[in-house]
Amino acid sequence: MNSPARAYWKANLRLVSLLLIVWFIVSYVFGILLVEPLNSIRLGGVKLGFWFAQQGSIYTFLILIFVYAVGMNALDRRFGVHED
Amino acid sequence: MELQTLIYLVVGASFALYIGIAIWARAASTGEFYVAGKGVHPVANGMATAADWMSAASFISMAGLIAFTGYDASVYLMGWTGGYVLLAMLLAPYLRKFGKFTVPEFIGERYYSQTARLVAVVCLIAASITYVIGQMKGVGVAFGRFLEVEFETGVLVGMGIVFIYAVMGGMKGITYTQIAQYCVLIFAYTVPAVFISLQLTGTPIPQLGLGSELAGNGTYMLDKLDRIITELGFAAYTEQKGSTLNLSLLTLSLMIGTAGLPHVIIRFFTVPKVRDARYSAGWALLFIAILYTTAPAVGSMARLNLTEMVQTGPVGTPEANLRYAERPQWFRTWETTGLLEFQDKNGDGRIQYYNDANPDFAERARQWGWEGNELVTVDRDIMVLANPEIAGLPDWVIALVAAGGLAAALSTAAGLLLAISSAISHDLLKGVLMPDIPEKRELLAGRLSMFGAIVLAGYLGMNPPGFAAEVVALAFGLAASSIFPALMLGIFHKRMNRAGAVAGMLAGLGSTLVYIFVYKGWLFLPGTNNLPNTAEYWLLGIQPESFGAVGALINFTVALAVARITAAPPEHIQHLVEDIRVPRAAQPGGTG
Repeated sequence: MNSPARAYWKANLRLVSLLLIVWFIVSYVFGILLVEPLNSIRLGGVKLGFWFAQQGSIYTFLILIFVYAVGMNALDRRFGVHED
Repeated sequence: MELQTLIYLVVGASFALYIGIAIWARAASTGEFYVAGKGVHPVANGMATAADWMSAASFISMAGLIAFTGYDASVYLMGWTGGYVLLAMLLAPYLRKFGKFTVPEFIGERYYSQTARLVAVVCLIAASITYVIGQMKGVGVAFGRFLEVEFETGVLVGMGIVFIYAVMGGMKGITYTQIAQYCVLIFAYTVPAVFISLQLTGTPIPQLGLGSELAGNGTYMLDKLDRIITELGFAAYTEQKGSTLNLSLLTLSLMIGTAGLPHVIIRFFTVPKVRDARYSAGWALLFIAILYTTAPAVGSMARLNLTEMVQTGPVGTPEANLRYAERPQWFRTWETTGLLEFQDKNGDGRIQYYNDANPDFAERARQWGWEGNELVTVDRDIMVLANPEIAGLPDWVIALVAAGGLAAALSTAAGLLLAISSAISHDLLKGVLMPDIPEKRELLAGRLSMFGAIVLAGYLGMNPPGFAAEVVALAFGLAASSIFPALMLGIFHKRMNRAGAVAGMLAGLGSTLVYIFVYKGWLFLPGTNNLPNTAEYWLLGIQPESFGAVGALINFTVALAVARITAAPPEHIQHLVEDIRVPRAAQPGGTG
């Protein structure tokens, strides 16, 4: 692989790793592993850990995919590999 | 107008719409039949993916599952949505760039091996057939409950409808009917939810109602629910019941399985560009999230409504239990279906609904003269099906829920049937048996295998092989342990070769099947299980449904180890991998 292609792929992997870390934290850490301690904090009438497990994680997933799509488009342009 | 007539009218109108779309969107080429000519707008594809994904189980059963398991049901909510993050970032754009028609086709070319392609075809067909049985059953059940026709007749009518638009239009027809089906099902799901939330909390948005105070009460809805059900001996709604390891693994298995299910992946082959595939996954999750974030509100509010309907005052005072003679009309309606059943165990004419399996609560119950839980059957599905009646909504909403349930089952069935028929006509017939088949004949073969798949699915729906409830876990296990790792390694590990991929798929698949069969019976035959399917016998407390993630880990490990000690893939395959990693080859004059 030549070096711009290598740099593009590296930047891609960096973005995806970053987003997957957030993906892991909101679901497995906030929603499952730390659910008990987080439940002592409340968001209105919902315990925070419970909220992350049944609402917050889903909203975060949604944001993550759109951030990824926008980020990758920018990356495509920067490296001149965009489609139009 | 009578309710039955109204239901026939609404369901009939929705079917007429689907058939109308089918006539408009006929497929003229294999490209249109398999991938809708790659011309679907990303938002439209997102909507179609949402309908494809959300099955009868999501629409009818999930809220009830949440209602009766509370926090622990979060694994389904996170698992079935978090998979889209993996799909969007690790698979969809690259497979779209590859630009072919089926999932086994990618595996066959990437691993330069007909064997790998055949293994993928087998996994795909096994996963999809098991899944489609449940959909056909869902169609029959929905017809039976709402239209009062025989179960078999219901399945036959469902087969007929799917036949018309799937055989005629292929992926193109399916895509546009799925869009219509999404609109029907999401409207049918949210309207009763909005009204229930309004009645209980005064908030029209169910997602906010979940965290709101009860109207005119000052107590938060979930606190009230936790209190009343613990007073009746149940575990608190918001409390964790299962083990942390098992909950995490089940979530992971569902996520990886979701990302690896072929009928979902092929939806991303239908958009024009790589960029569209990325956005489209986001749109799909947005449309799915509307239902999946509403479901926790529906579940908790329905549980509260049901409990408070029976337990009208302080627990333990005799007058606080509803007199059976005074039960509301919807209770009577659902009693006739057998989904709700009362037995007056202590003969006091009142309904006691509590957890009689809780030993700490038994003594108190005995002192009050309670002799066991008297709501002996409360089917989970009631939580969605009876919602409009519980909330006192007009008849047209009930008719809408019927149409919504059917839309959810039909749209998923059609997507699965397309995945099966394209694996047969494109991967088996054109790919392996008759590589020189002309396009016209392949299109005909596609339609014929679709027809065969519909007949098989209908037959299995009518004569479920006894393990229908178990098999959805199998579908996710197969997808997670075999398909997902093979696809991901094919994109992210250039050095991955034929030997590694095939060994990995077989190891992942084999270990998952063995683990499921040991507890659930070999090929699900009753009595052939080696160990009882209970928590104390599970390896490290991992239930069979959660094993897909472990199977995937085994697949990754074996594949990487074998690839290390065998020859690197040929030059042109390494170029193929480089090529799918970029949306378009870099231009010399690019702004780079």
